[in-house]
Amino acid sequence: MDLELLLVILVDGLVYSSYLFLVAVGLTVIFGVQKVLNVTHGAFYSFGAYLTAFLLGLWINDAEGSAWKLLALSLAIILIGSVFLGVVLGVLIERGLLKFLYNRDEHIVVLATFAGFLVLEDVILLIWGTDPYLAFRPLELMGSSDITGLIFDNYTFTMIGLSFLVALVLWYGLNRTQFGKVLLAVIFDREVSMAMGINVTKIFLITFIIGTFLGALGGAYHAPIISVQPGIGVEVIVLAFAVVVIGGMGSIPGALIGAIVVGLSRAAAVHLYPELELFVIYAIMALVLIFRPEGLFAPIHARKI
Amino acid sequence: MTRLLDRTFWGLTLGLFALLLLNFLLEEWMRSIGLQSLSRGCVAIGLLVLWRTGLVSFGHALFFGFGAYTVAMLQIIGINDIILLLIGGMATAGGLALVLGFLLRQYRAIFFALLNMAFSMILYGVLAKVESLGSTDGIGISQVTFFGFTASSEAYRPTLFVFAAIFAYIAAVGSHWYLKSTLGLMTMAVRENEIRVEYLGYSAEKAIHIKYVLSGVLAGVGGVIMALTVGHVDPDSMVYWTVSGDFVFITILAGTGNVGATFIGALVYELLRTYAFEFAPEIWQLILGGALLLIIMFLPDGLWSLRSEWRSRRALAAARSGKTEKGEAGQ
Repeated sequence: MDLELLLVILVDGLVYSSYLFLVAVGLTVIFGVQKVLNVTHGAFYSFGAYLTAFLLGLWINDAEGSAWKLLALSLAIILIGSVFLGVVLGVLIERGLLKFLYNRDEHIVVLATFAGFLVLEDVILLIWGTDPYLAFRPLELMGSSDITGLIFDNYTFTMIGLSFLVALVLWYGLNRTQFGKVLLAVIFDREVSMAMGINVTKIFLITFIIGTFLGALGGAYHAPIISVQPGIGVEVIVLAFAVVVIGGMGSIPGALIGAIVVGLSRAAAVHLYPELELFVIYAIMALVLIFRPEGLFAPIHARKI
Repeated sequence: MTRLLDRTFWGLTLGLFALLLLNFLLEEWMRSIGLQSLSRGCVAIGLLVLWRTGLVSFGHALFFGFGAYTVAMLQIIGINDIILLLIGGMATAGGLALVLGFLLRQYRAIFFALLNMAFSMILYGVLAKVESLGSTDGIGISQVTFFGFTASSEAYRPTLFVFAAIFAYIAAVGSHWYLKSTLGLMTMAVRENEIRVEYLGYSAEKAIHIKYVLSGVLAGVGGVIMALTVGHVDPDSMVYWTVSGDFVFITILAGTGNVGATFIGALVYELLRTYAFEFAPEIWQLILGGALLLIIMFLPDGLWSLRSEWRSRRALAAARSGKTEKGEAGQ
């Protein structure tokens, strides 16, 4: 295999990995704290993508001005939109749905979030209709680079940066702040931390809002690259599952590694054996489940009898 | 023998005869709904069988799709009789479950669910790329013969319905008897306390493996019926993860109390879906999702809990009236 192809696979893979990480990290955060495998996450992604594509179409697509000003505005739209969605949808789903289900069987909770996903997908259709939205102005503004004859958009490279930024902030927040310590206590033992006076209800709500924000951010940042249309959430959620399972459910470094593994192997498949594209992702997921069911980076649990 | 001929058995038998009579009255669109309910009902029984052990598969579309695609593949090599297709579908789905079972029987809880999903998505990834099976467009299923006989065009669907009803009946009664057998009952013990079952001298993994093969075969039967009903198989409507989600939906809707309730659940699901799609095409998913949420919140054991609630109310009423009678006698 020649070096150029390897380089292309590497770049392509890393871009795809960063996209996967942005989507999957919110899922893993929520699973880590609440032990809920949250299918509605796919709808958070679609909501983020739709809101961003809609607002970019409204204010940026035909706007005049310097590239920097428009880019800053786009970034502001992406961020503020995601925070807005995180708070609104997060509170809605956690307080309106999950609150009632924390004591139920975990399969029931997954199915309830599946139902929530179906509902939210149609809410999106009701708000934005079935026509696709295109918002690639930020993509054009940033220009592109030529790597060994293949053109890559610079915007996609900023996605890699954003992923590392998100990973860093989450790591810092979890390990170096008071909230993070409290969160770790809740993850480790919910009941004992409750007895110690931690307001677990509040912690759950805040984590869920953060997770929702991350899901929406994944969609929002991805919106300029894709054609935003019905069905994008269905595809994303099952990919995010694969990433989270490969890395270890509930582990943030795991989500990073999982995303890189899936991203690189998919890129390799696309460039070498295109017919294996989908197959390879789930084959890795199955292999990881077979040999390390808890995932590559699973937190160690004491066995309770 | 009388132990086997219980109320559920008679209920299912009655249901079969009712279906066979209804067959003469049904309009074609109703028959289609009926056929799809029978198909999904079979898969949901497979899930119910697993559920009794506390296992939920988010990937049963794997066996469903495998059964359906077996029909397509057998037709390509020229086999076209409904019985052979059914046996073929059961054999391939069951065989796949047997092989995967060696692995899956070691998994519990969410890992079991997700590993199933991974396998179903692998099949999806393969089928979506196999050109000879039509990749994402799928492949058509031609009309079949019944024990060598060819049905005339107006008699074809009713005959298909008769066969589907009988297959589903056998599947349901067989599963019901299995669940009542020692082997079936023991798997409920596995859910309660697996270690204790092992101490009592039986292999929990073996019990789960048998169960897994049975549920794979049932899903295969469902797949065969669906392929013949729709006349077309494609990866998106047969193997995608949302299809598996729908099966779990039906299982929750019906509740896991009784095999017969599963078909009622499947019928309710099918009607809900058809009518929601017909009258509110923009929000049909919203209606389905909303219904599912209502069931989860208010009927934790599915439609079957309506029956037990009605029973307990009646018992309560009986106890109350009994008390007042006694009270009057005391005076």
